[in-house]
Amino acid sequence: MAAYETHDFDVLVIGAGGAGLRAAIAAADAGARTGLVCKSLLGKAHTVMAEGGVAAALGNVYPEDNWKVHFRDTMRGGKLLNNYRMAQIHAQEAPDRVLELEEWGAAFDRTPDGLILQRDFGGHRYARLAHVGDRTGLEMIRTLQHQTVQRPVEVFMECTALRLLKDGDRVSGAFGYWRQSGAFVLFRAKSVVLATGGVGKIYTITSNSWEYTGDGHAMALRAGADLIDMEFIQLHPTGMVWPPSVRGLLVTEGVRGDGGVLRNKDGARFMFDYVPEMFRSDTAETEEEADRWYTDHANNRRPPELLPRDEVARAINSEVRQGRGSPHGGVFLDVATRLPAAVIKKRLPSMYHQFMELAEVDITKEPMEVGPTAHYIMGGVRVDADTAASTVPGLYAVGEVAGGMQGANRLGGNSLSDLLVFGRRAGEAAAEYAAGLGSDPPAVNEEHAEAFARWALEPFEREEGENPYEVHEDLREAMQTNVGLVRNEDDMKKALKEIMVLQERADRVAVRGSRVYNPGWHTALDLHSLLTVAEVVTLAAIERKESRGAQTRDDYPGPDPEFAKVNVVVRLLGKDLVVKQEPIPVMPEDLKELVEQ
Amino acid sequence: MRVWRGDASGGDFVDYRVDAEEGEVVLDVLHRIQAQQANDLAIRWNCKAGKCGSCSAEVNGLPRLTCMTRMSTFEPGEDITVNPMRTFPIVKDLVTDVQFNYEMAKRVPPFRPQRRDPDGKYRLQQEDIERVQEFHKCIECFLCQDVCHVIRDHPENAEHFAGPRLFIRYAELEMHPLDTNDRSLLVQEKMGLGYCNITKCCTEVCPESIHITDNAIIPMKERVITKKYDPVTRLREKMRKRRLQLQAEGALPERTKLRRARALADTVRDGGSTGTGTD
Repeated sequence: MAAYETHDFDVLVIGAGGAGLRAAIAAADAGARTGLVCKSLLGKAHTVMAEGGVAAALGNVYPEDNWKVHFRDTMRGGKLLNNYRMAQIHAQEAPDRVLELEEWGAAFDRTPDGLILQRDFGGHRYARLAHVGDRTGLEMIRTLQHQTVQRPVEVFMECTALRLLKDGDRVSGAFGYWRQSGAFVLFRAKSVVLATGGVGKIYTITSNSWEYTGDGHAMALRAGADLIDMEFIQLHPTGMVWPPSVRGLLVTEGVRGDGGVLRNKDGARFMFDYVPEMFRSDTAETEEEADRWYTDHANNRRPPELLPRDEVARAINSEVRQGRGSPHGGVFLDVATRLPAAVIKKRLPSMYHQFMELAEVDITKEPMEVGPTAHYIMGGVRVDADTAASTVPGLYAVGEVAGGMQGANRLGGNSLSDLLVFGRRAGEAAAEYAAGLGSDPPAVNEEHAEAFARWALEPFEREEGENPYEVHEDLREAMQTNVGLVRNEDDMKKALKEIMVLQERADRVAVRGSRVYNPGWHTALDLHSLLTVAEVVTLAAIERKESRGAQTRDDYPGPDPEFAKVNVVVRLLGKDLVVKQEPIPVMPEDLKELVEQ
Repeated sequence: MRVWRGDASGGDFVDYRVDAEEGEVVLDVLHRIQAQQANDLAIRWNCKAGKCGSCSAEVNGLPRLTCMTRMSTFEPGEDITVNPMRTFPIVKDLVTDVQFNYEMAKRVPPFRPQRRDPDGKYRLQQEDIERVQEFHKCIECFLCQDVCHVIRDHPENAEHFAGPRLFIRYAELEMHPLDTNDRSLLVQEKMGLGYCNITKCCTEVCPESIHITDNAIIPMKERVITKKYDPVTRLREKMRKRRLQLQAEGALPERTKLRRARALADTVRDGGSTGTGTD
């Protein structure tokens, strides 16, 4: 029998980025005994890399901004596939959550009047992103981290959750291991909040860190929850393309929000050639109008460089395919000829630093080379809009691991606000659910825990076997090549076949060394989440036979009105993944009017 | 590349022959060793972009982020040595136990803001917030803690020395225009600010170029001296903080607050002790 330690909580939060921290704060404030499981050290989660800002209709720069406009922009950006109720709650509550961060000590940049400054971003009608230069995520995670450690929240750093535990239909805890010692740990919990982030590590070119292996998506699926919209993976249009070692690293949309423009190898601002019908009336027709917009939003329309990310990523891809790209297979992002050097260093300090240190490019003098990079999954666990509850009693999901809020494409800045708004709601709802269980808490089946432990240790027992890093690399290649920016059924079926082979290889992985901080072992275990998520993404992408938002298919190049009415849902029945189309919630008339304005 | 391998019980450098490609950093090469030659090589890392501060180690003896140390800064064929941060206990290979920093962070008295303006907003000037923002750039790589000789050479000091990372945390709170808490004497008496003799090693290794010594530690030392040795300043400061705190808690109606503030100010001018209103 494998040994493990045991902990008891009312609410167990898995993941300690912005969403997990905000959920833990809310749960603790509601009086729940709260545990927080964090795959890395506290404060290192992916939120730390967020750059441009947090979207909230504070109206500090444009008083005409309000939640209704934010709601409209979010729905249009998501190609109307969003859960309207989530988008509504998000737009209504984001300002309060930002002001709360300020009250907790976050040092946002200021307007001349001393209020929180807001910057322009793609798809947002007004300057809406509260920010701290181009390192807003760091400010957010640190502020939330300080708030968390001041509360009675027990933090488990460098601890990975492997599986959720259930008692009948209900969640009863989670099972995982300490990275530092390799020892197993069992959490008995009345409710569990998943805040595990995304899945970027199924791709070769990604802005995501090693943590983004889809653990939460895979755990939820295995626990019986529905996953929706998994075909929608956002390619951020501007990742670094050179040198190879930093390929995919994020270049903030703030560069374009502050005046940077995209050019092809001939120096042309090609985005003017890629304005879709839906956004034509909002977009400038000439460079002169676009340039005037930065200082006068009222009398000019926005530059096409600030279209939503899916549009910009597709345009860049098209320019490169037609031979008008930059030397290393991207396009040019030019801020040097647009803003004085001092302003660039002030507004975009970490971009300046990143290019100087890693690419030897001075962005105040030369253009950057950029191209699309896998950045964010819109899809995730299907949740109730008001409480973030999944379809499994006691299981909640928030942030990137949850689906619905962002529809077919997320607007920049809407993730940091999503984390705060629904993090708080999930923490409160999970605490309330736990309190409501009273004398009927769910039980943990220790046999299940022991079975997970035996399974996790199998790679140590194999003398010879596959190298876990090689299996992972091959998966990333297969997904990058076959389920990338432009998809078709033949390629995706090829990917499914490769995933099957890789699953067999993953079952033959061998690990050397001890259980103490052994990254080979960690990778061997992560493979199972990665492969599961890759399969779900591919199945969902095949099912959606149209191009919409982040999904572009060359075998179905246009949108199909029938697919505008459905989410693709994937769930596990027995051992089989089942893919279904289910109707999206229908928007009430008053909200529909807002969207059509 | 020579990489230290081992655990708390001991270890040694192991040589790996490995190619580096154009534009790579030390962490890329460590990853290649890990993927191809030593699957169990322990490295802590996350963003690989200099933003999370996880991959700290000592490269050729210098405390560095391995993700921001380019291979092109070394001569072709040059031996490169990578060992874990020396100040912290070893977990395995390049991974150290940095729990000390998190324990010290828990002891920091929290941010306690003033009340909002009547319209529900805070108004702060950009130049005031910028002083705080410099310290908020900290990515908690703990290289400053690693290099600080007060704990590097004298581990016994760790019990009562918070270290440069925490000193900028105290400084950012003390200098925050909205904060009403007072931590300066705590920093001196319990957190070991006095141990720092301003050798600026921390400033030199900071990957975020925070002026730890000049902008945080020295101003904090000055504050402490003013508070500790000038009785009038000390009293006035206490009363100011108390007033702001009561205001923050909404404990005093506007008129009482004004009356009390005036009375306290008069007492200070008289040089006497109020006996009430201070803590």
